[in-house]
Amino acid sequence: MEGWLAGWFGAPAAVTLWTFAKILAIVVPIILCVAYLTLAERKVIGFMQLRIGPNRVGPKGLLQPFADVLKLLVKEVVVPSSASKFLFFIAPMLSLMPALAAWAVMPFTDSMVLSNIDAGLLYVLAITSMGVYGVLVASWASNSKYALLGAMRSAAQIVAYEIAMGFALVCVLMMSGSLNLSVIVDAQRTQFGILGWNLIPLFPMFVVYFISAVAETNRAPFDVAEGESEIVAGFHVEYSGTAFAVFFLAEYANMILVSALAVLMFLGGWLSPVAGIPDGFFWFAAKTAFLLFCFLWIRATFPRYRYDQIMRLGWKVLIPLTIVWLLLIGVLMRMSWWPW
Amino acid sequence: MNFGPQHPAAHGVLRLVLELNGEVIERADPHIGLLHRATEKLAEQKTFLQSVPYMDRLDYMSMMCNEHAYVMAIEKLLNIDVPLRAQYIRVMFDEITRILNHLLWLGAHGLDVGAMTIFLYCFREREDLMDCYEAVSGARLHAAYYRPGGVYRDLPERMPQYAVSKFRDQKKADKLNANREGSLLDFIEDFTARFPQKVDEYETLLTDNRIWKQRTVSIGVVSPERAIALGFTGPMLRGSGVAWDLRKKQPYAAYNRVDFDIPVGVTGDCYDRYLVRIEEMRQSNRIVRQCVDWLRGNPGPVMSDNHKVAPSSRVAMKANMEELIHHFKLFTEGMHVPAGEVYSAVEAPKGEFGIYLVSDGANKPYRLKIRAPAFAHLSAMDEMVRGHMIADLVAIIGTQDIVFGEVDR
Repeated sequence: MEGWLAGWFGAPAAVTLWTFAKILAIVVPIILCVAYLTLAERKVIGFMQLRIGPNRVGPKGLLQPFADVLKLLVKEVVVPSSASKFLFFIAPMLSLMPALAAWAVMPFTDSMVLSNIDAGLLYVLAITSMGVYGVLVASWASNSKYALLGAMRSAAQIVAYEIAMGFALVCVLMMSGSLNLSVIVDAQRTQFGILGWNLIPLFPMFVVYFISAVAETNRAPFDVAEGESEIVAGFHVEYSGTAFAVFFLAEYANMILVSALAVLMFLGGWLSPVAGIPDGFFWFAAKTAFLLFCFLWIRATFPRYRYDQIMRLGWKVLIPLTIVWLLLIGVLMRMSWWPW
Repeated sequence: MNFGPQHPAAHGVLRLVLELNGEVIERADPHIGLLHRATEKLAEQKTFLQSVPYMDRLDYMSMMCNEHAYVMAIEKLLNIDVPLRAQYIRVMFDEITRILNHLLWLGAHGLDVGAMTIFLYCFREREDLMDCYEAVSGARLHAAYYRPGGVYRDLPERMPQYAVSKFRDQKKADKLNANREGSLLDFIEDFTARFPQKVDEYETLLTDNRIWKQRTVSIGVVSPERAIALGFTGPMLRGSGVAWDLRKKQPYAAYNRVDFDIPVGVTGDCYDRYLVRIEEMRQSNRIVRQCVDWLRGNPGPVMSDNHKVAPSSRVAMKANMEELIHHFKLFTEGMHVPAGEVYSAVEAPKGEFGIYLVSDGANKPYRLKIRAPAFAHLSAMDEMVRGHMIADLVAIIGTQDIVFGEVDR
């Protein structure tokens, strides 16, 4: 394929075009996943809340996401008169860009990965922590009190939970001895299927990671940055139309991203849970979908935390727990008492 | 910061001007009047009967309780007796109203604190109770069912049923109609039998939920002394540990004939008020059940036979000159209430709802003053939220259970 392109456009252009095609092949399905995740969210939460969810647009409501997108695209983008225009428009991009860029190193199966780099995990962590700038810039640029409160909350929260999340992932690094995501998954391959996954020895870390992931993506019960009933919509209170849609897209793309990362780190990626059943992309997708379901499940169950309580949970519970577990694993591995 | 009136947690049209230090509230200044409809003044222009529907629109979550206070005031001035069956029907519907109100409060309070599901759970049960309203009065919200001298009509022998439609086939309709085959009393009895399990269901979602407790325990604490001094009534007062309930202290209607308990809180925080209201729903259910049993065994009139106050029967009106005159006078002029002044209060779901009525003997009130419980509660907003965070402010608005229909009137 690349050779065929080179024949037409010349070698340097062919590389660019081919990479571009590969990027599209990842981004378009992800955006479609986001669209259907919003539908799934409304359906799943609907059933949990004795409702039926959207069922009018298309068969069984399956075209609802497209109707929503269309609505958001044709709506007017209102810019507050006191807003800083440049920052106001750059902010949604700042939050969407990292959510999509991080997918560059995500392996979907042992051969399907855009760029299999050795510092993959580091790259993902670095890129995703940039997402908070979108939130901060958006609230600062819109020059609104509600948005400012949302930014304050968001900044404090991200700092606390990045640390816990980072430490939880360091435990995974120690287990597999590599930052390369493909290698991390391969290190979980044993003849015992599910027993070889990092989930078993690192179960507390998995819980910490998942809680941090919910907090990182600003999802309920940690959605204080949006806090619908408190600060209305928090950081994106002044956004409408396409600009709002981009924030929305970023939030859901982030949800899928952190779920996929959890699958790679703790749940054995594309490895099948029972030895004998072939591995494959199906397992990766199924595990990610299950974690996304948990996101929705949590949202339907819990009330929202207060902002200082989130800080307390992050600094006083999760971070000490990760540090203790890190030391424990370090000592056990050093002493070669480690069964895995 | 300006909080409301268009704010998701403003419970209608509450506008608060907040002075903040970061997220901590230093001062909260409630602004009211955005839903002012001059109910008190309107009542002065209308006959006594015409004002009954206005009472529904005061606290539009506890419609029949408001009517009850109003018709009781008129009955006191007229000094007429209300048939016992009507008294029991009133008690039953007061308690159904209490459950309705508390369900909405629970849902809205949950939503304020971020628990979405509880809202829809509550609305499931509200739907059934709304159907009771509909069966008895024809309206699901603004019933206008109580009349001076009794209630508009006796309980219906059959419940309204679901019809087959484009979205509901026969099987689904039959399932929905399963408990609607009998009379209204059968339906209510069926409801009282299953309601306690539903309350358990709400409690599994919230009562022992750590996040719910973190959000409500020791938030908005009011000491018993302050609660009395601030004019609190109802669950707000009982949450602080004062066992004051007009149904027990000054029994009206048939409340001295039914058996129920008054739950009280200990610390006076949002969590205690939540527990008090949950227990009140169970107690209301108990009262409704007792009323159903009594009403089954005791048929009788539901309206006073004083035809200067209550309309006579159609048959009598067609056959009897005197009844015709009564009918004509009642529906053109309205009833004349003897001169005097009276205060009548009921234990509405939100607290003491009182009507102060001055009559000069005409067919209209000379002055009507409404004592709304939520007005006193809202006045204490500043004291309750000082030093708390914005998220707690929302929880406190929820726990106060304010409705602007009655605050602004």
